[in-house]
Amino acid sequence: MIRYLYASDLDRNGALAAGMFRDRTAQFRDRMGWDVDVDALGWETDAYDRLDPLYVIAEDHRGRHAGSLRFLPTTGDTMLGDVFPHLTGGGPIRSPLIWECTRFCLSPTADAGVARRLLLAASEVGLAMGLRHSVAVFDAPMVRVYRRLGWQPDILGTDAGISAGLWTFSDAVHDGLCDRAGISPQQSRAWLEADLGHLPLAVGA
Amino acid sequence: MARKLDDLLERLGDATDLSALDSAVFDLRDRYDVEHLVYHSVKSSGDQWAALTYPQPWVDAYVENNFQTIDPVVLSCFRGFTPVDWKRLDWSSRPARALFGEGIANGLGNQGFSLPIRGPSGQFALFTVNHRSGDDTWGKFTRGYMHDLLLAAHFVNERALALDGEGHAPHQALSPRETDALTLLAAGKSRAQAAERLKISEHTLRVYIESARFKLGALNTTHAVANALSRGLICL
Repeated sequence: MIRYLYASDLDRNGALAAGMFRDRTAQFRDRMGWDVDVDALGWETDAYDRLDPLYVIAEDHRGRHAGSLRFLPTTGDTMLGDVFPHLTGGGPIRSPLIWECTRFCLSPTADAGVARRLLLAASEVGLAMGLRHSVAVFDAPMVRVYRRLGWQPDILGTDAGISAGLWTFSDAVHDGLCDRAGISPQQSRAWLEADLGHLPLAVGA
Repeated sequence: MARKLDDLLERLGDATDLSALDSAVFDLRDRYDVEHLVYHSVKSSGDQWAALTYPQPWVDAYVENNFQTIDPVVLSCFRGFTPVDWKRLDWSSRPARALFGEGIANGLGNQGFSLPIRGPSGQFALFTVNHRSGDDTWGKFTRGYMHDLLLAAHFVNERALALDGEGHAPHQALSPRETDALTLLAAGKSRAQAAERLKISEHTLRVYIESARFKLGALNTTHAVANALSRGLICL
């Protein structure tokens, strides 16, 4: 199952939140060697977690954190705009139709299906919210992983092994991601609506 | 409708002080033929500012009674950024039901939709459309105009931030790539030609154009190019 939770919803989902922030430590500090802040509980958090972002969280069959990512609208403060504007044409990209996706994280025990479910869930957010694009910053070699998963970004810029990428939302991509994840479009939408309700925002691409 | 909205937003784009936002909110209310519109901004410093069409007695009663502490719209929308149809909120508590009844008695409509907005430096705002109608009519309205209203809401917020920011708004400056993209379009290049020239994909070009459109407060690409030309941000 996929959950769609704001930071302000995490109190009511304590175990899931703890799993996510600890798995982020395991991925970003331990496996990738990034210089990130980890607190006394072993949770990796940054300034953007304090902006009440929307987390997309894939649960395993026992309801534990299997993988997650984080969305913020580019009209507000974003990591790309604050830290990597040189990767996006020399300044921040800002639009209500474009959200930034960060902290794509897989639990150490996640199987291959989790990444596919997360990409599908990201696409679900875009279509449900009437967005056109998502932008994200990632380790440059990850582009091959995204290609294999069936949703390749356009590269906006690369510097020192870090890339900014652009994903475009569309019904065609979404259907493909549903097939790869083995989840029906109806099921995918139902999970989103269970947390966020029905949104009359979907627009044609 | 789109053309009229264009004119209205252009007028707001030319405005030089915050009082223009008051009239823009009334204008928008009239254009969409709805009961009320509310724009409410809160900065990270705690400074608040609002432009709204609600009757003054209702605003006074709301402030005096601290209704924001029980208002399901406020409780729901000042966290997260999912647009919210009022129907979806929990009005079951006695204070919430009383608040709804008081609102109706003071001239508010029974339907509402609120769009949370995230701005730079921790600023946030709420843009609310309030209307008196049945569920079917309201459903048609939200499906038909939500995208339009989303753009208008963000435009109002960007103008409010610019007018409130002593003239400089770094978050609204065009990036070099955005300037390049608009310059090529202004010179008559197609999107394909412009993308080719900049050695980027057409999707990427679209993003730079969309970001420039938003920063310039334009409704569409043509308007964005004209706006950038007239402000001297690009030249031919």
